[in-house]
Amino acid sequence: MTFRIGPRTSQIIFYVILLTMTAIVVIVLFFIIFYVLRNGVDQLTLEFLSDKTREMGKEGGILPSILGTLFITVVATVIATPLGVGSAVYLVEYTRAGPIRRIISFGADCLAGVPSIIFGLFGFIFFVISMNLGWSILSGGLTLAVMILPTIIRTSEEAIKSVPHTYREISYSLGGGKLDTILRVVIPTALPGILTGVILGIGRAVGETAAVIFTAGSSLGLPTSIFSSTRTLAVHFYILAREGISMPKAYGTAAVLIIIILAINFIAYRLMHRFIARYY
Amino acid sequence: MSKISIKRLSLYYDSCQALKDISLDVESGEILAVIGPANSGKSSLLRALNRLYEIDRASIEGDIRLDNESIFRLPINVLRRRIGIIFATPVVLPGSIRKNISYGPRLHRKLSKSDVDELVERALKSANLWDEVKERLAESASFLSGGQQQRLCIARTLAMRPEVIMMDEPCSGLDPISTAKIEATMLELKKEYTFILVTNNTKQAARVSDRTAFFYLGELIEIGSTQRLFTSPVDRRTDDYIRGKFG
Amino acid sequence: MKDKIAEKLLLFIALSAIISLMLITFFIFQQGIPLIFKAGLGNFLSLKWAPTRGGFGILSMVVGSLMVTAGALAVGIPFGLAAAIFLAEFSSKAIQKTLKPIIELLAGIPSVVYGFIGIVILVPFIRETFGGPGFSVLAASIILGIMILPTIVSISYDALLAVPNTYREGSYAVGATKWQTVVLLLLPAARSGIVAGIILGMGRAIGETMAVIMIAGNALKIPGSILDSVRTLTSTIALELGYAAGDHRGALFACGSILFLIIIVLNIIAIRITSRK
Repeated sequence: MTFRIGPRTSQIIFYVILLTMTAIVVIVLFFIIFYVLRNGVDQLTLEFLSDKTREMGKEGGILPSILGTLFITVVATVIATPLGVGSAVYLVEYTRAGPIRRIISFGADCLAGVPSIIFGLFGFIFFVISMNLGWSILSGGLTLAVMILPTIIRTSEEAIKSVPHTYREISYSLGGGKLDTILRVVIPTALPGILTGVILGIGRAVGETAAVIFTAGSSLGLPTSIFSSTRTLAVHFYILAREGISMPKAYGTAAVLIIIILAINFIAYRLMHRFIARYY
Repeated sequence: MSKISIKRLSLYYDSCQALKDISLDVESGEILAVIGPANSGKSSLLRALNRLYEIDRASIEGDIRLDNESIFRLPINVLRRRIGIIFATPVVLPGSIRKNISYGPRLHRKLSKSDVDELVERALKSANLWDEVKERLAESASFLSGGQQQRLCIARTLAMRPEVIMMDEPCSGLDPISTAKIEATMLELKKEYTFILVTNNTKQAARVSDRTAFFYLGELIEIGSTQRLFTSPVDRRTDDYIRGKFG
Repeated sequence: MKDKIAEKLLLFIALSAIISLMLITFFIFQQGIPLIFKAGLGNFLSLKWAPTRGGFGILSMVVGSLMVTAGALAVGIPFGLAAAIFLAEFSSKAIQKTLKPIIELLAGIPSVVYGFIGIVILVPFIRETFGGPGFSVLAASIILGIMILPTIVSISYDALLAVPNTYREGSYAVGATKWQTVVLLLLPAARSGIVAGIILGMGRAIGETMAVIMIAGNALKIPGSILDSVRTLTSTIALELGYAAGDHRGALFACGSILFLIIIVLNIIAIRITSRK
């Protein structure tokens, strides 16, 4: 006797399998976030956030790492944003399908797939050694700038593409030149989308470890200039956890990281939605 | 001397010819209606006159003169300031009503706040929109109705103080009341401006224009006083079109 | 005039991505390739990694990288595809709108956090359930599998949505059920996008560093089972770059060159596939 499953039953089985697997994915995500926050949240006191790190992280707070993360991210964003937005403007407004566009797009796509350890190797040999910048905020920021460049290019490109063609036409018909049109109409209209890309880039930079540990170093002193070596939150967390220096401090640092990442993603999501609601 | 003089104008998009050897004059202070079925080249004519075809990467032959000076010798921003255009679908730029109106003038010179106030008020009054929006100049223009948006577009063009205003089916998406308002505005403004009105609506051409040109498949078939063209057309195709046999 | 200058300047800016890519290629290869010639291919492809004493064999690390990548795909592909199909074909707009950003949030979680979760939860679990050290191919595969999910889900989801609705209607019209339509029609139609997503996910897995270091154990031998410790190319670079000098540093850049080459090839394949349409 053969046992046949009817199409209705198989449909239900299929649906249940998909639903379960999707649910597992979502549960895993929530579990990670919840687990880190639950274990780290009692560490989050004002002292922890504002105190110097003592005894390699066993005691004290994480102020140096917070400042280090902030400065490196600022350097990376300040450098990558004009380059990324400029590239996107050039791609959309000045090129048509052809070799130049293909080369620029290829560069952005390939760079997006390069793993962070390669950026770390490159930053180490190029910024730290060849350019003699040493382990510093500047080296780390420059390395991260290269790393987040494709995120900014791709998101800005989509945002600029979605600015209605008629806006440009109106601007030209009112006597605007190409640059006027880009600066006064296209970029302001695409701004929420562009900002989404920048914020996503910031998110990548904040969470990065492999690319900064070999370019900014892991000094625990308070940074005094962009030539200071520093330790970002992600690097500090990595060292605390891997070397088993202090589990409570590791959880606390992880909680800070997760909260920053959640906030960044939330802002990016909201901005993107406002943008989509307006132009699609 | 004519305001605009077009000599042997042809316009090509890639392989397709949109205008075929057009010659015609536009007189100062008149409303010239351009009528014809779809793909007759009406819009292409407007896009040639302010060189908007250049952003479509179309190419052109022949000459167009504005006050007896070739438009190809004029700086493009000067030309587009002198010949304004209103499109079929009103497109308001993101931002306030005030910002929309001052967009054109601001491109060309620095303006103080009081300059902008004055310019916005004058333009909106000329476009018959002032009374409806004077309380909310700082609000986003996208909340205006379709007819109001189109009048805002007219005001935005007027703010540049052009000499010629081209309209590309400006009432095609509007209800009869809004249409009547825009037609009234045109008739008032006629004292100061020259109009070229592209329209699908032959009755509208008959109501507002002084002369009418009939285009068909990129050719100028016939041009003459509106009265004459609508009562005794010379060409059979014109006759068919105004009787509604095609188009 | 102003416009001309702006155009030139923007062109220069727009080349920044490709120039960066060329600089990266140049510096990684310039530091790494000479060592391969110096050591000789036989030495380089051997099992003996003792870079301070002339042993530059990367074989066990290459095998390690391939094993954890294969493991990551074994975890990531079924779950990623299931989530993509569920989202694209079995969800309302509202669910799509909530779940898609949530899954994309997985991509935003720093890799050190994944590694940490591996250390505190997965590794002890594996040790207690299956024995062995816990730091293993299995642990790395599961964590990497989760990390590449967002890549696979996003790209496969977009590919499924891009299949025209007429296909679905045609299929229902001849009496097919929804899952028959998905398996027989939609997956084949979205094949190239899905493959591109998997290849990009593979690139992420093979290039991931910090999470792998934290949970893979990093023993320098070819693992005998999935419960054994394993060391990848990326782990080796990150573990040793801090103190390496001379030929040792060259050898790490040689590892980087091999990794970079693999990544570029994967990227080019993915770009080719997605731009063919």
